[in-house]
Amino acid sequence: MSFLIQQTLLFMVPLMIVALAGVFAERSGVINLALEGIMIFGAFTGVLFVRTVQEIGLFESAYLNGNWGALQLFEILAMLVAGIMGSVFSLLLAFAAVSLKADQTIGGTALNMLAPALVLFLVRIMVNQNTLMMFKGDSAGWFMLKKTTFGFDKDADLGFFGNTFLNKVYLATYICLLIYIILSIILYFTKFGLRLRSCGENPQASASLGINVYKMRYSGVIISGFLAGMGGFVYALTSSNCSANGDVAGFGFLALAVMIFGNWKPLNIAGGALLFGLFKCIAACYSTLDINGDGIFWLKEVGISSNVYRLLPYVITLLVLTFTSKKSRAPKAEGIPYDKGTR
Amino acid sequence: MKENLKSFFKKDGVKSVLASLISILVGLIVGAIAVFLVGIFKDTIGVKGAWEGVRIIFAGILSTGRNVVGSLTWGYNAVNLGDMLFRATPLIMAGLSVSVAFKTGLFNIGAPGQYLMGTMTSLAIALSIPSDKVPTWIIWIIAFLAAMVAGALWGAIPGFVKAVFNINEVIACIMTNWIAANLVTWFFDGSVFCNQVEAGKTGYIYKTSYNGVATVKLGLDKVFKGSQVNGGIIIAIVIAVLVYIMMNKTTLGYQLKACGANRHAAKYAGIKDKRNIILSMGIAGALASAGGALYFLSGNTEFFWSTYQSLPATGFNGIPVALLALNNPIGVIFSGIFMAMLSTVGMQLTNLTAYNEYITDVIIGVIVYLSAFALFIRTWISTRKKEAVAKPSEDKEKEIQEEKTNERGNE
Repeated sequence: MSFLIQQTLLFMVPLMIVALAGVFAERSGVINLALEGIMIFGAFTGVLFVRTVQEIGLFESAYLNGNWGALQLFEILAMLVAGIMGSVFSLLLAFAAVSLKADQTIGGTALNMLAPALVLFLVRIMVNQNTLMMFKGDSAGWFMLKKTTFGFDKDADLGFFGNTFLNKVYLATYICLLIYIILSIILYFTKFGLRLRSCGENPQASASLGINVYKMRYSGVIISGFLAGMGGFVYALTSSNCSANGDVAGFGFLALAVMIFGNWKPLNIAGGALLFGLFKCIAACYSTLDINGDGIFWLKEVGISSNVYRLLPYVITLLVLTFTSKKSRAPKAEGIPYDKGTR
Repeated sequence: MKENLKSFFKKDGVKSVLASLISILVGLIVGAIAVFLVGIFKDTIGVKGAWEGVRIIFAGILSTGRNVVGSLTWGYNAVNLGDMLFRATPLIMAGLSVSVAFKTGLFNIGAPGQYLMGTMTSLAIALSIPSDKVPTWIIWIIAFLAAMVAGALWGAIPGFVKAVFNINEVIACIMTNWIAANLVTWFFDGSVFCNQVEAGKTGYIYKTSYNGVATVKLGLDKVFKGSQVNGGIIIAIVIAVLVYIMMNKTTLGYQLKACGANRHAAKYAGIKDKRNIILSMGIAGALASAGGALYFLSGNTEFFWSTYQSLPATGFNGIPVALLALNNPIGVIFSGIFMAMLSTVGMQLTNLTAYNEYITDVIIGVIVYLSAFALFIRTWISTRKKEAVAKPSEDKEKEIQEEKTNERGNE
């Protein structure tokens, strides 16, 4: 059970945070189809940061002395770098969509094509292979929180709660959850959040009340870029051993689906992310999944082809969208470039 | 003469072509700058290598390799040109697919999935009908048509959920893409179609030539000696012309375009909007999967079946092909060939220099980014032309104004 919860969290958290990224852009009125591309770019810059810092040897002594506090700081710094670079990359979308009033779907598609190409081009030139890894060690050794990190014995039993949430987890997961809660509150209970949402519903009305729609849309996309970039790095850190290869396995698109499924509302999105995280988790590790801890790998013994499990998340997304589409309510002005002249 | 030029630049078509050309040029320049900068900062490449990279980006299609001294040589390269036409075939089909959907106001990002469905169907049929009983050309036609039907059905799924349940077709297409990728893997996983004869080819499906099925060459292999080119390019061009006729000269095309221009107005005018949306996505699906069929029925290409982790780039590249051609089926032929040229250039970069083929994807990305604000570029062109033309013709405008005031006076 612990294993199931932990694995589900690993898939759920990037989905959640990137879906929230989509919410910030779309609630301000810009369709952000580029989530996948921004994730890829964020993952690349984060990993590159980790690699470069390791190469300089900045946190070398902290690693050797087992100073896990410093290492967690290193992790947070990398997340910050990935987020900021994600924001910078998303400026391309903001510039096209807000300043030049371009087609947002095509602009997003362009970034989705640009990011993996750029990342693979640079990675291949840097390391002469298609994957950029850490300079030394692996993400588990450097960043993972384990029982020994907190001074417990390797075989100590911390109870269900401790075993699940304090052993073999990443701080990044909890930081993302925290950011998710804080940003959801900002979106719903602050002046800024209200203004941002109004720009996605009726920008002309917002403008008539003295709100700068361009500024609001830019901030929506920039926040979106930050979250998506960070989410990309968190995905790379927790699911692919802190490596970047110009691919996040369609997580950005899945996050978009989660966002639509969650009706552009943070609480529903969290529920949607939980559902898809669970199915992704089953698809990824059904053969080693021991649900009730009796040593029987039930899902493996049923004998269903692994292809079915891999197919499930997408089929279910499509079906769920079909059945919930009646209730679906997108921000009214999303995808429509704001033009001062129109009323 | 000047007057002619002025009216020439005022034409919408000319403006559009100019906008596309500017996008292409800027894309190439950005790619060249990236190559140059990387070359300068990477000591293993240096300025000389960077300069070679830049030259290949602009004229790689004409490069013939290196001579004994190690410097690049240039000239007519039949293999490059033939392979370019061969690779252009599926790109043109994917581009047509995206552009038909675009005209109906739908963004068909599902071309990769449709392409995969076409590939799967055509390969399965071409390899399973015994060629000693049925003539191979009949097998080829059955496989090709079946692929189109499969693609049409697959493409109609996002169209159906869009029309009936009002689900954003982009999300539906993305989901059907991944479902298709998984289905194809599932279908071929452990099947008789996997190549078990040649060592090291277990991840691939047999070439269709294993069963004697291959696209006719139509003499093109004699023009481009040593390349993979075949009659598929001719078929693609014919289909492009047919699509042009369908979109511009038939009632169906008119209805599709009307739905794209304003779905509600079209409905008000008695056009069945839901039926047309499903139909448009179905046609788009058939075209994209025909691209897959044409590529893999050629007899000399192998399909890597375990594709559930990645989608074919050819499908996605249909989007820039359609955008560059401004959704004009005839234009798609040229932009498809251009994109194929870029991919050939990428291969040349990998083979001849320290760079890799991904820079061409960067160039494509930049081009798509620029075509997102094609409208902006077009307005920019027309304002520029006005400024340039306004000065010499000021006197004329004055004359016209005087005439007008005279007329008013007469009234």
